[in-house]
Amino acid sequence: MTALPAAGPAEKPVLLLDRLHKKYNPGSQLEVHVLKGVSLAVERGDYVAIMGHSGSGKSTMLNILGCLDVPTEGRYLIDGVDVSSLSEAQLADVRNQYLGFVFQSFNLVRRTSALANVELPLVYAGVSRSERRRRAQTALELVGLGDRTGHMSNELSGGQQQRVAIARAIATGPAIILADEPTGNLDSQSTEEVLQIFGRLNAAGRTIVIITHEDDVASHAKRVVILADGRIAADRRNAPLHSSPPGLVDLTAAEETTEISVTDAATAPGVVVP
Amino acid sequence: MRVALRGILANRMRSALTMLGILIGTAAVILLVAVGTGISNQVQVQIKNLGTNAIYILPERNTSAQNRGTSARRIRLTKADVKALSDKTRAPSIDLVAPTVGSSGTVTWQGNTYALQNFIGGSPEFGDIRNTPVAEGRFLNEEDIASHAKVAVIGQTVVDHLFGKGIDPVGQQVEFNGVRFRIVGLQVKKGSNGFQDQDDFMFAPISTVIDNIVGNVDSYTIIGARAANKDMLPEAMVEIRTILSQTHALKPGDPPDFIVFNAAALLAAGKAAAKQFQLLLGFVAAISLLIGGIGVMNIMLVTVTERTREIGIRKALGAQRTDIVTQFLSEAMLLASLGGLIGVAVGVGVGHLKSATMQPVVSPGSVVLSFGVSVLIGIFFGAYPASRAAALTPMEALRYE
Repeated sequence: MTALPAAGPAEKPVLLLDRLHKKYNPGSQLEVHVLKGVSLAVERGDYVAIMGHSGSGKSTMLNILGCLDVPTEGRYLIDGVDVSSLSEAQLADVRNQYLGFVFQSFNLVRRTSALANVELPLVYAGVSRSERRRRAQTALELVGLGDRTGHMSNELSGGQQQRVAIARAIATGPAIILADEPTGNLDSQSTEEVLQIFGRLNAAGRTIVIITHEDDVASHAKRVVILADGRIAADRRNAPLHSSPPGLVDLTAAEETTEISVTDAATAPGVVVP
Repeated sequence: MRVALRGILANRMRSALTMLGILIGTAAVILLVAVGTGISNQVQVQIKNLGTNAIYILPERNTSAQNRGTSARRIRLTKADVKALSDKTRAPSIDLVAPTVGSSGTVTWQGNTYALQNFIGGSPEFGDIRNTPVAEGRFLNEEDIASHAKVAVIGQTVVDHLFGKGIDPVGQQVEFNGVRFRIVGLQVKKGSNGFQDQDDFMFAPISTVIDNIVGNVDSYTIIGARAANKDMLPEAMVEIRTILSQTHALKPGDPPDFIVFNAAALLAAGKAAAKQFQLLLGFVAAISLLIGGIGVMNIMLVTVTERTREIGIRKALGAQRTDIVTQFLSEAMLLASLGGLIGVAVGVGVGHLKSATMQPVVSPGSVVLSFGVSVLIGIFFGAYPASRAAALTPMEALRYE
């Protein structure tokens, strides 16, 4: 994993929010001030859970982190590059290559097979068809859906749909996974499966930022940030929760080898941002 | 293209509706224009059948109200009129004049009856003016006139109604208003001239008809005349009007109490009418194209709006704006072209069906125009809203409900 060097103290943060503000309908009577000066640095390889009540601004923050939305004020840097300096096309590349986004409502493309859904970001990355198929297949196997590739998105259960969505998010091998309440619509068993996948991805070196309001989901993260009323109210590190159980280590080891095929040099992070 | 095809197949109903709109628009334009052209051609052919040098003079039955008040005299065409028209010094451009008397009634053959509209007492000269050959037998001759022979020449419609299949009409004896006639000839079928059936007639010698049917009235139904040649037609018309105005003692400014018409003039009028008709059909076609276009526009707008969320998802996955626009553009292009092609096929196919009354003529211009316009509408309204949706930030598009 040379593309993802271990985070060191001297390493600049992979994600950096600097006094970020977000207002909806600015200037009008309907103005809503959602983020009121949020500053946050996320180190490479970290696993951050963002918690907060609804309306605390956590989703807005994640959307800005995912380059799906733009801040009203303040700076957002990915790998030291100010996102506001990027063109629309470059932003699309960043979303494609650097970031994998997982939504609460899965957001699969309707009436399209699981495989085609996972292939989508690879299509936009300009990967050839056979390579696309291979990588999408690998990603689906990674989330345990290797036998469901031909199923239409609406033929899958919620947990399966979310795993397809995760496979799609990691298909291009992004360094950062952003997840907006990924377990919010799932039962406890699916939640457990999804969290295991995130654990493995993090163990494989990916930076993960996850929004949740469930404490046991947050307990899987290495760091918990609590938002309240558009400001960071608390920021703490979890003590290493479990000394990695043997099974997980094995899985992680297996993952490392698979990862190399998922993250190949052409799409490795670090080459896109100008 | 593969992605576009997938998008179309994923929404079969919607795609079918869009294609239907384009199909109908395209086919309607092609067909309406083809029908218009066909009718116009047919009118011209039919009017040519009348014989272009022939001039027909009829009494004007609907004189204007002011005229009726002052002079209540009967309007008719008389021997004096025929005599004046036959005068070579007064009418040098006319080489033939032939009066006819007409009647209508029932014609019977071996118990079969037919209500005949045009029973005409005429002469060989009238046959020359009318310039229609016989299909079988002969036309009336001078001897028939001189001997007041009870012979007749009939048209195909009368044959169809009176005689059974396989019976040769020539030589048969028929009865008209109690008078027996022997059929001596059958004229070539001319078809409808758009106003009336030109084969629904029976010709008998004028002398016989006056003797036995209409009586010796000094009044003719139609006077036929022929211009010496085609170039002299306008002068011939003028001469007829001048002579008849004199014989009818019309004061200057009086409206004429007779109608003079000629096939060439009718042809010009018919052409003008056909042109108007074509314009009308073209207008209707344009409206149907417009309506088809609006249908396509609506479906496309709804489609793209409905898929704004999908556009948001795709953008979140890293789709460039051009990726989105290209996808929707190719979908719209594929749909519109398919619909347009089927529309052209339907339009041209139906246009080549031979109908009983006329043959539609498919014009290449209408094919190109209708196809082009429908496809452009489909593409524009498929791609324009998509490019607008693609310009949104992914979050705006995802929030769109």
